[in-house]
Amino acid sequence: MQSVAGVNYLNHGKGFRSWAFTLDHKRIAIMYGVAIVAAFFLGGVMSLLIRTELLAPKTPETFPIGNIMKPDTYNRVFTLHGAIMIFLFVIPGIPAIFGNFALPLMLGARDVAFPRLNLLSFHLYAVGTVFFVLTMLFGSLDTGWTFYTPYSTTTHTNVILATLGGFVLGFSSILTGLNFIVTIHKLRPPGMTWFKLPLFVWALYATSIIQLLATPVLGITLLLLIAERALGVGIFDPQLGGDPVLYQHFFWFYSHPAVYIMILPAMGVQSELISVFSRKHIFGYRFIAYSSVAIALLGFFVWGHHMFVSGQGTLASMIFSALTFSVSIPSAIKVFNWLATMYKGSISLETPMCYALSFIFLFGIGGLTGLFLGALATDVHLHDTYFVVAHFHYVMFGGVMIAFLGALHYWWPKMTGRMYSETWGRIAALLLFVAFNLTFFPQFVLGTRGNPRRYYDYAPLKELQPLHILSSVGAFLLLAAFTIMLGYLLHSLFRGRKAPANPWGGNTLEWKCASPPPPHNFETPPPVGDPYDFSHLEFDEAREEYVERSRTGEACTA
Amino acid sequence: MNDAAAHAHDPHLAHHFATPRQQFESGRLGMWLFLVTEILLFGVLFTLYGVYRSNHPEIFVYAHRFLDKTLGALNTAVLICSSLTMAWAVRAAQQGRTRLLTGCLAATILGGLVFLCVKGVEYQHKWKDGLLWGKHYQPVREVLEKTAPREGAAAAGAPAAADEPRNVRIFFSIYFLMTGLHGLHVLVGMALLAWILVRAKRGEFGPAYFAPVDHVGLYWHLVDLIWIYLFPLLYLIH
Repeated sequence: MQSVAGVNYLNHGKGFRSWAFTLDHKRIAIMYGVAIVAAFFLGGVMSLLIRTELLAPKTPETFPIGNIMKPDTYNRVFTLHGAIMIFLFVIPGIPAIFGNFALPLMLGARDVAFPRLNLLSFHLYAVGTVFFVLTMLFGSLDTGWTFYTPYSTTTHTNVILATLGGFVLGFSSILTGLNFIVTIHKLRPPGMTWFKLPLFVWALYATSIIQLLATPVLGITLLLLIAERALGVGIFDPQLGGDPVLYQHFFWFYSHPAVYIMILPAMGVQSELISVFSRKHIFGYRFIAYSSVAIALLGFFVWGHHMFVSGQGTLASMIFSALTFSVSIPSAIKVFNWLATMYKGSISLETPMCYALSFIFLFGIGGLTGLFLGALATDVHLHDTYFVVAHFHYVMFGGVMIAFLGALHYWWPKMTGRMYSETWGRIAALLLFVAFNLTFFPQFVLGTRGNPRRYYDYAPLKELQPLHILSSVGAFLLLAAFTIMLGYLLHSLFRGRKAPANPWGGNTLEWKCASPPPPHNFETPPPVGDPYDFSHLEFDEAREEYVERSRTGEACTA
Repeated sequence: MNDAAAHAHDPHLAHHFATPRQQFESGRLGMWLFLVTEILLFGVLFTLYGVYRSNHPEIFVYAHRFLDKTLGALNTAVLICSSLTMAWAVRAAQQGRTRLLTGCLAATILGGLVFLCVKGVEYQHKWKDGLLWGKHYQPVREVLEKTAPREGAAAAGAPAAADEPRNVRIFFSIYFLMTGLHGLHVLVGMALLAWILVRAKRGEFGPAYFAPVDHVGLYWHLVDLIWIYLFPLLYLIH
């Protein structure tokens, strides 16, 4: 088939059906993008409600400030905030949007290995989302996102609907992982050996392994929970001879590796951004690649650190604690390699790089505070306090969300064919960084001072109110930062400058393709080289893009 | 343009694959990975079994007597035979022998059907005897006395129910969860087999294209294999 000038994947085919039933990985990525961002908005609204409620303790003199909902409502709001953010945003986020979009392009392939399965995966995501929305409308959910028994088997809220949603979303996640693994194994072009893969692809590969191995365990655990509630099988019910702690084991056997489903793709994005915007070959390529796989594997053996105070054996706790510390090794390897990549690099602070730098800082704090929680003695003190909340928000928001935004700004020109305002991009990134720290740093202090997480009120700890106020102000500043971002991105869509094929000077294969790419990506597989060798690329002032020094023609034009 | 030419000739080759071989191998790898997820799905139930059996072996020793070994063995034989016909079907597809292929597929579906019927009979007995899961465990007294071990106190004339360990119900919870999920997989397998039977009748498979038969075959063997573990673990306990 011959490429026609001006035809790209966005304008190739019109109408609802051409999108909803497309097999094109790029369109599926865009649909995921819309759905996932909508879910993020919903979860974000919940978080603002929480922070508004916590502006003041429930004492007569502060009434009615910070008293916008009843305790039961509060439980539902924080549960849905967690469940929506985890299952609908952070887990699928980077792989489903940027993985789907960039993976086949980075491999010089025309699509993922199973395009129909990819579409099914998106449809399952949509169905799962509908289940969650129905849960909100019919009975809601107040178990916390973890669905711990025996509470989840006795509460009157709609646990079955929510767990069915989780089950369906699990399938969506499994199918995406399966698709990516086969794609990476079988659709690499001639000459692209494992160690010529971009590190984002390595990260997706490691992520997919976890999705494949861990998610079925969550699936069956949620089914067991449904069987428990609907049929009374008694597996988790002590009155019928069952064991509620077993639920926690099964749950965390998935949900701890799931943490790496979230962070590994973020680290992959990070490896791309740091190298491209330092204009320097990535330092320690093999170590970064192997450390992704190491994190994926080690992540399976640390689930017990969520259960130090759940009554598991002391010996088990000690082993889990020791293994937990071992995960910090590959994580640190990555961070040091990024720093070494930047060292003596030619760093340009374009918006994606601002997010990449934010990531290193925030993930650093998130990772190091994780060590406090992995140590047995301190964990008993900090367990279920705001310290934990702050820790995982530094990793999930400061890590995954920031990398998500880095990826969004990095691939935005490729996905939409438009450039956004660099100035506003940097302002939003900076504001986000400040607002994030303002929101969550005080929560570390709250936690060490003994404020428990998930509590509706802190009247007995009135003196902590200033910290809560700081945190709430930060949350509203985050809203402001996202509003600015929405503004300039929308402006970019309609009025933005047309994006060149290679605005950042990346050397992975997606930049050899037009922006936005044609429907079938590449007519012939592009030549494969070292993805981090930038020596042959130089900036063309007139065209405002990077071109190859030897010849000015693009490898692939629409 | 070699690719385009190949596409024009091979209606089964999707546009994003270069060769039929690449497509077949991708499909096969995908199927194997899917089977891995199935193993993990059942793995949780096997873990559940392991945890309760190691903590309370007496429940399992006591309760397994209520399962019908004869019917269980019959079902094991039926499934092993259906695995044979399945493997034969794949071979027939590779050789392009359509009549043999449809015959083998039909035999495999029949095997699944017999299995489910026998399982249904077993479930019906359990239902009648009140040997159900968790909170629905209300055994009929005569059944307990007839089947339970008669040793020690029981042999001396005391009621057999006195020998019943605590929480026997958990055995039946595990029994119904494991065999129920397995039965569901047999049902899905039969649906898949019916689908490729229809396609086989249309003559879609031959030496050049038999991937669906191969992949469904892999799935069927796994379902069979899981039963081969379930049978001794639940029925044959000492």
